[in-house]
Order: sequence, then structure tokens, then C-alpha cells
Amino acid sequence: MAGGGGVRAIRDRIRSVSSTSKVTRAMELVAASKMRRAQERAVASRPYAEQMNAVLSQLASFTAGGDGGPLHPLLERREVKNLAYIHISADRGLAGGLNSNMNRAGAGLLLEHQPHVERVTVIPAGRKGRDFFRRSGFDIAAEFGELGDFPDFSDVRPIARLVMDDFIAGKVDQVMVGYQRFVNAAVQRPTIIQILPVLPPAGTEAKPVDFIFEPSPEELLATLLPRFVEMQIYAAVLEARASEQSARMVAMRQATDAANEMVSDLTLAYNKARQEGITGELLDIVGGVAALEG
Amino acid sequence: MPLKLSIVTAQRTIMERSNVSKIVVPAAEGQITVLPGHAALMSSLAIGEMVVYEGDQAEAIVIHGGFFQVINNVVSVLADGAESVDAIDLERAEAARARAEQRLQGRDTDLHGGVDVLRAQLALQRSLARIKVARRRRGGTGVPTQQR
Repeated sequence: MAGGGGVRAIRDRIRSVSSTSKVTRAMELVAASKMRRAQERAVASRPYAEQMNAVLSQLASFTAGGDGGPLHPLLERREVKNLAYIHISADRGLAGGLNSNMNRAGAGLLLEHQPHVERVTVIPAGRKGRDFFRRSGFDIAAEFGELGDFPDFSDVRPIARLVMDDFIAGKVDQVMVGYQRFVNAAVQRPTIIQILPVLPPAGTEAKPVDFIFEPSPEELLATLLPRFVEMQIYAAVLEARASEQSARMVAMRQATDAANEMVSDLTLAYNKARQEGITGELLDIVGGVAALEG
Repeated sequence: MPLKLSIVTAQRTIMERSNVSKIVVPAAEGQITVLPGHAALMSSLAIGEMVVYEGDQAEAIVIHGGFFQVINNVVSVLADGAESVDAIDLERAEAARARAEQRLQGRDTDLHGGVDVLRAQLALQRSLARIKVARRRRGGTGVPTQQR
């Protein structure tokens, strides 16, 4: 029989590819709605970050005393012997090149610093980064496995506590944090910033003449700085989550498009094979009839 | 000239007002009343209630610590946590208070070290502030009448 098996094989293939496209389409929609929420959360946390920057820069302009010593342990700049790097990544894959780009950027940073310092340690937050750094044999100081899709401020706090304690105890001299910065729905950029020692934002506002501080500026600084560090890590995590969902949305859309294209190619091949089969059968019948009559 | 007020937490903006006539703030070293024309001020916050007056209207908010600053009639509150009156569940707050009190009483048996005591004390303070604000809401405005 002309192509009977071929026709069936193509039909099965169409069925399987189109059900794949249904799955990827569903994942695209889920990611799109999660992206909206993740983006809203990132935007909602911005006013706090902005006001924190403003307050801190103002305070720094008052506390920048000339005696040379740092006003707070978290501001202390030391020669970097021990570097810690907080690697924020997604918990799940299927997000295009998102995770591998981030992992490459993180590993690149560590390899770049390794020859110049005594020790570099990684603190992965997120499953994909953790698995990567475990495999590649870097020195892992602590792990924060899964933070979930919508982490809370309180989920991020332990990370900040850990690095601040280590920094004040002198176990690490510099702390960096790496995350996927959300540029827009189509573009995410691996970004690495320093969080310790704290670099106070530059003050541009004019100082008011009489400022009342309660308690003293130094004590205010001591309550502000830890919150500043926590807020920076929290903001990085929120950005990373928005990036993850948008990368997944785009990856799944591409997969859906590819699957649909494949279905239409296969449908064409299927119709062709089916028609050839029918033509063949017709010829057989006509030939059979002709033979009987003849 | 009225005061401009914004209350933000790391999670979101709780309140934004531009026509405020008076604010009573639970500052770390005691309650502070901020009126228009107040001197530049920066202070940390305690756990307690904050009352925002807009003309005749007044609104109470529970603040869970943080700090605030006043410059040129702009008041910025950076709270560790904040809840408006509507968000408070009185029953839950009462339950939290009972739990915290119980923990503090039995501190030798089930609390290990000072950290848990501190946590229970903070939880107690938070629940008390919530209860205080939520009870007043029953009167209508959520605001102490004697201050009007």
C-alpha cells in the first residue's frame, strides 16, 4: 500500500507536536501573568528604595566627620582578602538563556577575582545557581535553596544578616550580589553590584541648616545601614524574579511558535501523503475494473 | 501650607497624602507632633500608632518601627511595616497578644535565650498597637476623641 504507514506516522507526529504546543502555550500564559505580578512588586518597592537613598545620602553628609575612621562597621573599607558573592538565580529552567547567562557572569566574576584574593566564596540563592556552583566546585559558604516566585522581605533578610555578620566579624572584606536586571520584557541583563562595604549614595541635595536628629546621627546610621543592605538584596531578588518570568514567557512563546510551524509543515506532508494514497487506491480499482471488463 | 506625607515600606507604598494638617508620630524617644513649618528632623520610629489629620478628618495607622524625616513640609516615613485601620484583624491581634503574653510568662520553660524573649516582646508590642487602633475604629474614625 502506498504510504499507509507513513500517513499514520505523520498523523501521530502532528498529534504529539500540537499537544506540546498546548503545553508551551499554557506555560507562556502562566509566565505572563506571573511576570505582571513580579513587575508590580518590583515597582512597588521602588519608593522605599528611593527614599532610603535620599535619607542615607543626607545623613552621610552630616556624619562625614573628618577624623578618618569609619562611622559604622558596615562602611569600613579594608584590603580585600576574602570576597563573598551572592548569586541570585531562578529555581526553575525553561527560561531560554537566562540561567546559563547568569551562571556564566557569576563564575566569570569569581574567576576574575580568584587570583587576587585569598578566598572567594559563593552564596547561591535559587536552585539553578546552587546546582551550577555545586557542580563546578566553587567554595560555597551558605545556600539559600528556593525563594519561591514571590519572595517576601522576610525571606531575604537571612541572606543580608549572614553577610553583614560575616563582614562585621571580619570573615569577608567585600560582598557582591549578582542578579538578572529587568530591562524590559525582552531584555534581561546579568548585573553584579557591591553591597558591602556600603557605598553611601552621593548626596546632591542642599543641607538644611538646622537638622534635628533623634537619636544621634551615628545611631540613626546604625539603624539605617542594615536596612539599606537588606533593601538592596530584596530589590535584586525582585528584579531577578521579574526577569525570570519574562524570559520564560518569551522562551515559551518561541517554543509555541516553532511547534505551530511544525504542525503546519507536517499537515502539508500529511495531506500530500494521504492524497497519494487515495490516488494509488483509485488506480488499483480502475485497473481492477479494466481487467475484469477486458 | 499643608504637609506632604508618604508612608512606604520595602514591599509597597502604604499612604500618600498632600493635604495633611497634623501628624502624630510614634518616634523612638516619645511621641512627636508634626505641624506645618516643622524644623528639619530625622528620627527612628517605635512600634505604635500614627495619626494623620486632614482638616476634620483623622486616620490612624499602625507603624512597626523604622524611621522618618521631615524637610520643608515633606514628611517621609520609611516603616519596617505599616497597616491601615481596615487591614487590622482585631481577633487575630488579640490572639497574637495572648500568645505573646503566654510566651513571656513561661519564658523559662519554652523560650531559649534572649532572642525569643525579644521576639515575643516585639510581637506583644505590635499586637497591642493593632488592638489600640482597631478598638478606636469602632467609634468611627479610629482616632482618640480627646485629641480633637
